[in-house]
Amino acid sequence: MTVSTQAQIQAAGQAQPQRKRRELSDRAIVNLFIWPTLILLIAWNFFPLIYSLFLSFTDYSAIANKPPQWVGFKNYADILTDTQMWKYFATTGRYALVTVGMQTILGFSLAVLVREKFRGSGLVTTLILIPMMLSPVVVGLFWKLMYNPSFGYFNFLLGFGNPVNAPDMLAGRFANVPVPNLALWAVALVDIWMWTPFVMLLVLSGLKAIPDYLYEAAAIDRASSWFQFWRITVPSVMPLLMIAILFRTIEAFKSFDLVMGMTGGGPGDQTELIAVNLYRQAFLGQWRTGRASALAYLILIIIIAISNLYIRYINKANED
Amino acid sequence: MATIELQKVEKKFGANHAVKPMDLTIADGEFVCLLGPSGCGKTTTLRMISGLEAVTAGKILLNGKNVTWSHPSERDIAFVFQFYALYPHLNVYDNIAFPLRAEGEKKEAVESRVNEVVDILRIEHLLKTKPGKLSGGDKQRVALARALVRRPAAFLMDEPLGALDAELREAMRAEIKQLHVAQNATTVYVTHDQVEAMALGDRIVVMSDAVVQQIGTPAEVYYDPANLFVANFIGSPGMNLIAGKLHDGRVQVAGGVDTIPVPVGYRNTLPAALNGAGDVTIGFRPESAILADDGDIAGEIYAVDMHGSYKLLHINIGNGATSGIVHVRADRMVTFPIGSAVRFSIDPKMMRFFDPQSKQAIQQEVTQ
Repeated sequence: MTVSTQAQIQAAGQAQPQRKRRELSDRAIVNLFIWPTLILLIAWNFFPLIYSLFLSFTDYSAIANKPPQWVGFKNYADILTDTQMWKYFATTGRYALVTVGMQTILGFSLAVLVREKFRGSGLVTTLILIPMMLSPVVVGLFWKLMYNPSFGYFNFLLGFGNPVNAPDMLAGRFANVPVPNLALWAVALVDIWMWTPFVMLLVLSGLKAIPDYLYEAAAIDRASSWFQFWRITVPSVMPLLMIAILFRTIEAFKSFDLVMGMTGGGPGDQTELIAVNLYRQAFLGQWRTGRASALAYLILIIIIAISNLYIRYINKANED
Repeated sequence: MATIELQKVEKKFGANHAVKPMDLTIADGEFVCLLGPSGCGKTTTLRMISGLEAVTAGKILLNGKNVTWSHPSERDIAFVFQFYALYPHLNVYDNIAFPLRAEGEKKEAVESRVNEVVDILRIEHLLKTKPGKLSGGDKQRVALARALVRRPAAFLMDEPLGALDAELREAMRAEIKQLHVAQNATTVYVTHDQVEAMALGDRIVVMSDAVVQQIGTPAEVYYDPANLFVANFIGSPGMNLIAGKLHDGRVQVAGGVDTIPVPVGYRNTLPAALNGAGDVTIGFRPESAILADDGDIAGEIYAVDMHGSYKLLHINIGNGATSGIVHVRADRMVTFPIGSAVRFSIDPKMMRFFDPQSKQAIQQEVTQ
């Protein structure tokens, strides 16, 4: 009885025309969706990653008509013993420390300010967020105009009327006297301006997630505002703040477009961040593809190491 | 320890009253329950006492001192929140120590105080745990410990057991009662559970629609409800309320021929209160009805609930015109077939009368 019923159901199913349309099995459909993505990933990410790792152990120039020559760890050794390279690493480290530090302090402060609802707080928040939505090259170009000693807004707002006694930020000079690191801090200022909103945004979402009753409980527990800030607000926001800092640190180590748009590494090598130097070695007139690949891997290792420290901290905080 | 006094305290949100002007005096060491259905204004009242909510008008005195506009931190009170409000990033020890550290207490003092309350609430084994990993009951114990640790003048508790399951709630209720007896601290306790209010409170403040309906001991609100709301709200099931008509010293149950003699205490007050109209609402508790073949009121069994130690009969006494079903407590051993006819009388001492117009209770004369 059951067998015949089943056969009937099957027969009826086959008779329906829409049954015909599904010729692909589930597995085939899965493959159809996955493989194009995988092929793209392999072609655009995985292959260059492996190929550049190989190139980093060779003497090779992308424009020379010569195959790569295996040189082992020579590129790495050259970079690590080159005092000039250490200087660029140091410059990058300083840049990262200052920009991320300031972005954290300012971003946190702004978030605390705009958390309170006031008339037009939505508009103010949106306005604050604009810098991070702009293209870094565009930001670099218009800050170049703002910093211009003759007609820029920056000097005007600081009250310098005469370009002769005024700072020329991107040239690293004040009244024509060179000031060490002035250009680096000028670029850092723009980076801070551009990315403080990002930190603010993450901190703000953290602040908004703190339930009111915790502050009510703290008020009952006779905690001062200061005590509440340090014992409730800061620890509650910490995991998100750490993520913001992690992202900004990685970005700071990779900083390229903003600096390239504003100074191109100059004056001299004042703003020669490691990523700018990497670009210079890989392309601008040098075309030392092998050595540049080795440098790229060194930067990657540093970033992974720093990220690991943060991630460990975040995981520890989330554990409990 | 403290006395708490509310003088014409009211709260409005926009044009709506959350709490209409209320007066309440709470004695030192007293346990007062604010009881009412959700939205009746009991939590708002508690939050006004704590200072978490500003009053719209009126005065709040703590130990005779006007604290109406004082910050919560200046009131020397502790608040236990319904959902515990523990600091999620701090472990149990740090949560309990929080109020002491906020006051800048020395490390040794903090430690000895925390150990003391941890001992009282038996939560030593939880000290290193974060609140996220605690069970509901333990969270509540930690919240109580945090409230106790500062030795505040008064405890305010907002449905502290509301989020617990029934069994745990009963155990925690006993713990809170025990704690109150041991500490003898003035406590204001908000709940919507009348069993909890009856079990815990020295006095109960019954609220509904932003108005205080009655303030009294559990026995008073149970046996002598001030109005129809309290009669119906207190007790499970609430007081039986049936329509009747007064004439010639007897009350006739509406729609029927059965009459009940007016109890002694009401012989003069009842006619006076009703002012000749005669319509009256009769109230009696399920346990105040006495089943008897010659009972005053006739009805028919509608349903029977077995409650273990007793049976609760649902008796249909009406023929459409009266309030219909009344609840009567009966011996668990007797069988009552559904549809069978029964008769019962009401213990005259336990009979109450209400004015159906004003919905207020009619007072008995004080004999003695």
